[in-house]
Amino acid sequence: MPTLFQHIQAGKVWDFHGGIHPPSRKERTNQKPVALLDIPDRLYIPLRQHIGVAGKVLVKVGDRVLKGQALTQADNAMAVPVHAPTSGIVQAIELHTSAHPSSLAEPALVLAPDGMDEWRPRKPLDPEQVDAYTLLERIQESGISGMGGAGFPTHIKVNVKQPVDYLIINAVECEPYITADDLLMQERASDIIAGIEILVKLLSPKAVLIGIEDDKPIAAASLKAAIGQRTNYFVREVPTKYPSGGEKQLIQLLTNKEVPAGRRPLDIGIVMQNVGTAFAIAQAVLDDIPLIHRVVTVAGETLAQQQNVLALIGTPISDLLNACGFQPEPQQRIIVGGPMMGFAIADWSVPVVKTTNCILAPTENELGAASEEMDCIRCGACADACPASLLPQQLLWYSKAKDQDKLAEYNLSDCIECGACAYVCPSEIPLVHYYRVAKAEIRETQREALKAEQAKARFDARTERLEREKQERLERNQQLAAQRVAQQQASGLASQTAAAVQQALERTQQQTAPALDKEQIIAERERKKAEALAYQQQKQQTQTAEPASVQTSEQTEDPRKAAIAAALARAKAKKQAEAQSEVAAESAPAETAASDADAKKAAVAAAIARAKAKKLAEAQSEEAAEPAPAETAASDADAKKAAVAAAIARAKAKKLAEQPQAETAPASEVAEPVAVPTESTPEQDAKKVAIAAAIARAKAKKQQNSEPL
Amino acid sequence: MSIITALWALGILALIFGAVLGYAAIRFKVDADPLVEQIDEILPQTQCGQCGYPGCRPYAEAIANGDDINKCPPGGDATIKKLADLMGVEAKPLDAAQTPAVKRVAFIREDECIGCTKCIQACPVDAIVGASKQMHTVIVDECTGCDLCVEPCPVDCIDMVPLASSIERWKWDLNAIPVKVLES
Repeated sequence: MPTLFQHIQAGKVWDFHGGIHPPSRKERTNQKPVALLDIPDRLYIPLRQHIGVAGKVLVKVGDRVLKGQALTQADNAMAVPVHAPTSGIVQAIELHTSAHPSSLAEPALVLAPDGMDEWRPRKPLDPEQVDAYTLLERIQESGISGMGGAGFPTHIKVNVKQPVDYLIINAVECEPYITADDLLMQERASDIIAGIEILVKLLSPKAVLIGIEDDKPIAAASLKAAIGQRTNYFVREVPTKYPSGGEKQLIQLLTNKEVPAGRRPLDIGIVMQNVGTAFAIAQAVLDDIPLIHRVVTVAGETLAQQQNVLALIGTPISDLLNACGFQPEPQQRIIVGGPMMGFAIADWSVPVVKTTNCILAPTENELGAASEEMDCIRCGACADACPASLLPQQLLWYSKAKDQDKLAEYNLSDCIECGACAYVCPSEIPLVHYYRVAKAEIRETQREALKAEQAKARFDARTERLEREKQERLERNQQLAAQRVAQQQASGLASQTAAAVQQALERTQQQTAPALDKEQIIAERERKKAEALAYQQQKQQTQTAEPASVQTSEQTEDPRKAAIAAALARAKAKKQAEAQSEVAAESAPAETAASDADAKKAAVAAAIARAKAKKLAEAQSEEAAEPAPAETAASDADAKKAAVAAAIARAKAKKLAEQPQAETAPASEVAEPVAVPTESTPEQDAKKVAIAAAIARAKAKKQQNSEPL
Repeated sequence: MSIITALWALGILALIFGAVLGYAAIRFKVDADPLVEQIDEILPQTQCGQCGYPGCRPYAEAIANGDDINKCPPGGDATIKKLADLMGVEAKPLDAAQTPAVKRVAFIREDECIGCTKCIQACPVDAIVGASKQMHTVIVDECTGCDLCVEPCPVDCIDMVPLASSIERWKWDLNAIPVKVLES
């Protein structure tokens, strides 16, 4: 049994399901040579003319560019650059109506040609001398993307790792009216073959199959002549049938293989390129002419000369039409692409782009507007015509119902939108347009689903982050609290302070009861002095009794300082007492001044206490010989606390001093509590200062409260 | 006698099946409520809170517990339809007078932004970048259009702008394209 390759060699051509035979109307243009046009006044060059992303703009407004100069740079794999089709000045980079059914504006570069048509320096390559990488680079840099319709970047399509069995060159051009490829083959067959040779070098296929419809005998003959003696180049003439030029259909015609749903031809070892793309590759490599022009069929009965023209990329369609003797009708429609798969444009300034192969300007009689759509009668004609063997009537049903699951089940994604079903439909239902809407909706749904997924991931990540931060904060706080407790325990201060505070509280409670009797207050003061002294002595004794305790070293250093401090405090207390007795003897006006003075003194005393505490703290921290570092930390903390307490006491005193108006006796008392602790402390360390300050604070507060009485 | 045999047989069978079922209930125990997962899948995950719940998942849980399915303006009718299918209830029109979703994204008028970071804290999907006293901006691709950043802005410099249509997102307009077969 002969293999597939032997079948192909023998010239066998297979068939595909369905298909239609619309009137081709190619005879109007396929006998005339490709016309050259004058350079138009303005060129609108869309920055993106292919599937993928636009490159980075290299020029700025006002620059003069030369013919063939790159205007954008391909900065990633899916980008191909665009080039200046002629020399001129860049007028603007702005939004311009795109050559797309939506007519949405897309960024375009506006070029004002200067008429010189001056080339940049060109560097032709010899495909025999350079490696595949250089060729691929040249193909990308020359801005070549598929010229058959979709505009997929060619350098990606021909950069394959898998082995390729067949390179198929698509020269079918099955859509009515269009003869652009036909003319290209008639006139430039040898260039096309040169381009195919470059592709063969890149892909090394078993065989090259050139598929061409049998209504192009001249083109087929010239291709065969150009191939000459090359082996494994086969020109295969396929019967005229629409849509033989579809990628999957042509593969089936030439190799009897079917591309599985959702896969690419490469997966079955086939690469297909359009004949125009092969020509563009030849020009790019051999002559270093980037993709700056293409053959466009301009047809329709409103034109005096229907013909093929070599149009610069970016030429406004209105210019092309006018060059062909355009006589528009009242409600003229302009269609970009063929009558089966093209789209009408509203704005005639839409430019020619790399994928534009035909412009139709038909009369109303020639290609009428859509007539009224009727209900589907379930005749099944569309299913017979469908080249992808789908069930268009079912797809229509589910498209109308927006049932995306069912549409997927009926393989809507395999629809090539050829329009054969709509062509045969007796109810004149624009089936393809329903499918296009449904496909767009499915794409949108998929995009939404993806976005929802991303949003959810981001939301979850954020929630997790917030939770983590909260947890960290909590842990930090707990750690700090634990540290504080540990420090306090280490210094043994916690219990002492608590006891002192308790005492102070008790005392204040006791003191609120007695009236403002001076004798009583003085007696109380004496009692407290005695108490404090007793306490100090007791403490001193206990401390000296502990030989290896924390404070041993402190004691050796401290006595001198403590003595000085005590002396100072005592002196002050004495002075205060004198002042008080003076105040008591004096009359009312003098008293206010005295109370003022007292308050000031209290402040001074507090400040001194604070300073001492600081000094002590410094002295303690300087004792580097200390064994445990915890101690230094503890004493530091103590000093700080003392400082804070003293500062608070001072602030209180100041506040009191600011309002001494009617104060007579109380004023002396205000000063006193502050003085008492200073006096009574022989000052061993900052702890005592702290305690004293706390007591002072409590007293001051109490005083303040009892004053209004 | 035969009745007793039958009773025995049935009793033993009942015990066997009971044991099998009991074992299966433990062995194949479903941890989470799969219904909540399924509902959450359907919801659009904008986390906008327009349903009255603090995010899509809480609303999914609420639906699973019997709340109305028509409280999700960003999801629109499509979501309601899917939820109706899933829950086996009648699809209802969208609750309240909220305009159903026109895709919108937040836009910060950057020269008016004072850099207070309040919108950053409000954004449920971290789609706003910026720092204290620095201008903020919205990552358009990540913005779900939930409106939550508009309210906290002290200088009202956040607008919700409709998403610009692009060629990729364009949906075919049936009336704009001519359809006519060729007559020979």
